Amino acid sequence: MSARVGIVLFPGSCDEHDALLAVERAGLEPEYLWHADPDLKGVDAVIVPGGFSYGDYLRVGAIARFAPVMEEVSRFAVEGGPVLGICNGFQVLCEAHLLPGALLPNNSLRFVCRQVDVVVEHDRTVFTRASEPGEVLSLPVKHTTGCWFAPAEQLDQLEANGQLVLRYAAGHNPNGSTRDVAGVSNEAGNVLGLMPHPEHATDALTGSTDGLRLFTALSPVAA
Amino acid sequence: MRVRVLIRPKEGILDPQGQAVERALPALGYDDVSNVHVGRLVELDVAGDGDVEAQVREMCERLLANPLIESYEVQAIG
Repeated sequence: MSARVGIVLFPGSCDEHDALLAVERAGLEPEYLWHADPDLKGVDAVIVPGGFSYGDYLRVGAIARFAPVMEEVSRFAVEGGPVLGICNGFQVLCEAHLLPGALLPNNSLRFVCRQVDVVVEHDRTVFTRASEPGEVLSLPVKHTTGCWFAPAEQLDQLEANGQLVLRYAAGHNPNGSTRDVAGVSNEAGNVLGLMPHPEHATDALTGSTDGLRLFTALSPVAA
Repeated sequence: MRVRVLIRPKEGILDPQGQAVERALPALGYDDVSNVHVGRLVELDVAGDGDVEAQVREMCERLLANPLIESYEVQAIG
């Protein structure tokens, strides 16, 4: 039986369908999870997709963090369940303190939408275990608030722990993020958040299928 | 009690919005402006007794601000 992957739906989510397709293309079974239901339906992994949850009011991800489903997602994450936050999902996971740091407005103050090269620095997370360190993924970014930040005193520890999992290749940083970070994990490696969109890079028709690797890495989870 | 919360980017945190405003002002002839920062203003009525300001500071820590990147100031305004 293939792993079942839950995809959280907030009011204002907009990338859930591509996340669903990515999960299917990885040979896994997708299932939507409604923000108001504190129920993960027994899934083996959770994706918090991109979009504009709750209109991004107040601060990106700030309101979504208190949705009933998020309490269950937090519990699941703390127990070691795989959780992937993409773009707005990454912002939500930072606000929920499941991931270190916070997302600031892009240093250009502009919305960026382009294909970037992302280097996989570590294969220690559930989502990058099928990748080789140093591997380069071509993924699209599309965001206004993607400049990941963590206080200087935390950075070296995160680096030493191997939590700065994904980095923009030289010259590809679209938002001014600290140390060119594109994605970070929690210490245990079961929660990963990233600004680029692997779910939009699963079909050769749109330029790259590199994103699929993060999803296929989930297959042994149900075993 | 009517309470006003002022939320600002923490000192040292990149504030591209403040920078953009700072760069725009000289175009209008305001050449002597520096150190511009753009934040957020939240005003709220809080009913009930107890330490309202402490309660609002807790709201700031939990929701209204992100203490990692923002500082906040609570003012009783009536």
